[in-house]
Formats: sequence, C-alpha cells, structure tokens
Amino acid sequence: MSILQIRDLELRLSGKPILDGLTMDFMENKVHAVVGPNGAGKSTLAQTIMGLSGYREISGDILFQGESIRELEPDERARKGITLAWQEPARFEGLRIRDFIGASLRGKEKAGDLVFDALKKVGMEPSIYLDRAVDRTLSGGERKKIELASILAMKPKVAILDEPDSGIDIDSLEHIFEAVKLLRKGGTTVLLITHSMAVLEQAEHAFLLCCGKVQDEGPTKKIGDYFGKKCVPCSHKNLPEANGDER
Amino acid sequence: MKSSSADAGKLLDLAGLDAKTLHDPDAAHVVIHENTVLGSNTVPGLHIEAVSLPDGVKATIRVEKGKIIKKPVHLCFGVVPKTGTQRIIMEAFMEENSRASILAHCVFPFAEDVRHLMEGTIHIAKGAWYSYYERHIHSPQGGIKVYPKASVTVEEGGTFTTEFELLKGRVGLIDIDYEVSCGKDAVMEMVARISGTGDDVIKIQETGHLLGENARGVLRSKIAVRDDARAEIYNKMTASAPYARGHVDCKEIVQDRAKAMAVPVVEVNHPRAHITHEAAIGSVDSKQLETLLARGLTEDEAVELIIQGMLS
Ligand SMILES: Nc1ncnc2c1ncn2[C@@H]1O[C@H](COP(=O)(O)OP(=O)(O)OP(=O)(O)O)[C@@H](O)[C@H]1O
Ligand SMILES: [Mg+2]
Repeated sequence: MSILQIRDLELRLSGKPILDGLTMDFMENKVHAVVGPNGAGKSTLAQTIMGLSGYREISGDILFQGESIRELEPDERARKGITLAWQEPARFEGLRIRDFIGASLRGKEKAGDLVFDALKKVGMEPSIYLDRAVDRTLSGGERKKIELASILAMKPKVAILDEPDSGIDIDSLEHIFEAVKLLRKGGTTVLLITHSMAVLEQAEHAFLLCCGKVQDEGPTKKIGDYFGKKCVPCSHKNLPEANGDER
Repeated sequence: MKSSSADAGKLLDLAGLDAKTLHDPDAAHVVIHENTVLGSNTVPGLHIEAVSLPDGVKATIRVEKGKIIKKPVHLCFGVVPKTGTQRIIMEAFMEENSRASILAHCVFPFAEDVRHLMEGTIHIAKGAWYSYYERHIHSPQGGIKVYPKASVTVEEGGTFTTEFELLKGRVGLIDIDYEVSCGKDAVMEMVARISGTGDDVIKIQETGHLLGENARGVLRSKIAVRDDARAEIYNKMTASAPYARGHVDCKEIVQDRAKAMAVPVVEVNHPRAHITHEAAIGSVDSKQLETLLARGLTEDEAVELIIQGMLS
C-alpha cells in the first residue's frame, strides 16, 4: 500500500521549475531510494514533502495515508509521522544531545532509555555524547549520526534521509545501514536520497530524478545499473548541453 | 527595615545554600540581607570584611599571595521583603598568584519595588585567578532593578572570568556596567545569559581593554527577549598591544513585540593585535527551528528548547 503519494508536484524557485511534475508512490514499510545528479531536485523534494517555508507554493498534491497534507504546517506533518534528516544538519548552541534526541519523546515514559538506545544504534557511546552540545564542536559525521539517532528515537512513519552517508566514514556507514534496517523493521517507510551506489543498494525500489523530473523508476538494480553508468545514454536529452541539440 | 531571622532563612533557602555549606569550615561565605551583614565565615588565606554603612554594606575580600581558595566562596545577597534597597560596595584584592572563585547568589524572590546596587572594584595581581559567578533569583512579577557595576584590573598573567545568569523569575531591569583592563598575558571573559519577558529591560555595557602584549579577552552576551521586553547591548573591546586577541560575541533572540539592539565597538590600536566580532540578532535560526518542527514539536516548544540551549 502506498503511504505517501506525490501527484503532479510542481515547485518553482526564483521562477525556475525545480520540481517539474513529479508523480511518485512510496510504499508502506519499504525502503525507497531517490537518486540523481547534483541539482536534480532531491533535497528540494525532501523539503517540499516536509512543507518547510520557501517550499510551500506548490501545484499538484502530496497525500499521506490517502489525505492531502498540502495545507499542513511542518510540525503537523511531523506529528502525523513524517520526518526529515537534513543533508547538512543544523547545529544548536548549548542544546545537549540528550535533549535534542529526546525532543520528540517529551512526556514519554522511559524517554531517557530510548535516547540512550538510539545513540548506541548509530554507534555512538552515550556516556561520551549525551551531555555534549549539538554545536560546532561536533564533527560533520557525528552530527549526521546524531540526526539519525533522533529519527530512530522518534519512530516516524516516513523518514526522509537526505544523503545519510555524506561525511560518514566506512565504519560508521555500517551503522547508518543498520539504522535504516532498524527503521524498516519498526515499520517506517524510508526515503534514501543519495548519489552513492552503496546507499542505493540499501533500497528495494528507486526513483531516478533529473532536472526536477522522474526519469525512471523501478527495482534498485535496474536504476543502479543505469545511474552507475552516469546515465549514459541520457534517456531524456534534458542535459543543458543537449537542449536544442536533438541529433 | 530590620532584617528578621525568618528573612535570613528564606534568603539562604532560595539561594540553595544548605546548612552543610554554611557550616563547612572549609567553605567561606558572607550573607547580607538588605544592608545588614547577617553572617560570614572565612578560611585561611582569605580575608573577608563586611561592614554595614548607613546606606549600604561595604565588603572587602582579599586573598593572600600564593593562596588558593579551594572551595567557592559563597556570597549571598538579597532582599526578601517586597520593597527595599540594597547597596553593596565591594572591593576584591587578589594578591599575586592567588586563586579564588566566587559564587554570588542574588535573591529577590518577592520583589515589587526593590533596588540592588553593586559597585565593585576588583584588582587581580600578577598571575592571580578570579572568577565571579552571579546567579540571580527574582520575583515572578519582576519588580526589581539591578545595577551591577564593576571596574576590574588584571595584571600580567592574571585571569578574570565572570558570568551573569538569571536562574528564576523576571528580569525587571538589569543594567550591567563592567569595565576590565588586561595587562600582558592577562585573560578576561565576561558572559551574560538573560531571558527577558513582559516589559523587562536588559542593558549591558561591557568594556574590555587589552593593554598588554598577548592579552586575551572575550565578551559574550546571550539574550532572549519576548513580549515587550527590550535589550540593549553595548560591547566594546580595544586592543593596543602586539598579539592581543579579542572576541565579541552577541546573540539575541527576539520574539513578539520585543526589541533588541547591539552596539559593538571594536578598536584595534596595534598592527599585530586582532579582534573578531560576531553578532546574530533576530528570530531563532530557521534551520534549527525547522529541525525541531520536523520532530513534531510545536513552534513554541521548539523556540523554547532553542532558547534554553542558548542560555544554558
Ligand atoms: N531558492 C532557490 N532559487 C533558485 N534555485 C534554487 C533554489 N534552491 C535550489 N535551487 C536550485 O534547485 C536545484 C535543485 O536543488 P537541490 O538542492 O534540490 O538539488 P539536489 O538534487 O539535492 O542536489 P545535491 O545532490 O547537490 O544535493 C539546483 O539547481 C539549485 O540550484
Ligand atoms: Mg541535495
């Protein structure tokens, strides 16, 4: 069953169509990948699904469990179960990691234990990290893992992970993949936004995005083979240099 | 008005000073209610003198040369009744290579019309180390005006750090005026973390002069204002010697009808000195906010958490 449906989604930024008529179906409890070159519109899609400011003037629709979420604010979308891990996570001065990861667990029983477990799952030693701040003193990779831990703790219905591997070393990559498996096991639908083949392989189904359009979709292997060969031959002649140059 | 022992008890309670701390022979303290000295204890190497004047209290702290005061010295200042004025003239002398950390508890829990004036002169001799943490507890209605004023000299290799924090209650009016001069290799750091609501007024005037070679200084203000509160931050840092390094950092989060102003002045008078300045004033950072919204927090909850973090 499809949990998240994108219908003919268009978004213009500074007059330019960045998302150009996207129609996509994300299936409940599946791991989907969205691949595409730099500037394809992947992060824009993520932010538009989340409904962030600057990404709300859309045409078309976004349906979650069959209902339009177009008019919902980001926090309302989150409370329905949609969340996003940023490509470059924010840093917070003074906010402790325990409070950051625990933010979605406030008022919940055993929140402290859940925060502890979430850190463990991304391979971070709680005794070292719990009381540190989510600030500039964390490395980029640490910050990414903490973002992922906060999503594990939240147990969302849909988790959009924007380039979960960026800045992550080989050893930590295993933790990231493990976390994706844990999310799926817990019933979460995962959207992996990436241009890494290793991340793509974690998915069961993939979309190929280019120039704000879905160029192809299908089993991970099929999309991976084509994307891995740098999309040659280009199926849509939508590269800037190909424009007006149909041979 | 005469201080009652009931007031004294309340003062200590609210300051979080338990009997254990007060009876600890190794921990020095002074308790001043309104303009009356209620008690004090000192430790070897530390001299405390507190005398009541007709319109205030004069307190002198001196740490002997080379003496290290291990436990924080607790200064408990306060006015328990709803109205009153407290004026404290404080002089601190840190002799060469001495070391002390002061924890000042300033307690005005029921203030409706209270004034607290502090006039400090602090002298930190060569190689000495002095830290002054000021923790305030105010009434929820904010009927208080606080005027901390200090002039500080830090000699060669000395260190001065101070932190001002409002733990509880409303600001009322806070008007901080500190001026610090640093000699060769001396270090100063001043931090203020204050959150204003209602019609609170926060005024901070902090000046640091890096006069000696290799002197270092940081001025840091973390302020949050909401409702109709106002904040004015005047930070000034001057550097006049080779390798003097300074940093001025002002962060102010503004919500509702509140207003915040930052007037940083950096002045460098030597080609090998360097001062940096950083300011962020306005609403909370949108990425921080959106990250927390994406975890399901409401906007109010998210802002609260961001501010708590910044002020912590
Ligand atoms: N506010 C904006 N105004 C104009 N163009 C924008 C704006 N924001 C993004 N873009 C453009 O939209 C396109 C898609 O950007 P997006 O960040 O979604 O790409 P991406 O697929 O995530 O790329 P990457 O792999 O580099 O992360 C880019 O060409 C970008 O320059
Ligand atoms: Mg991107």
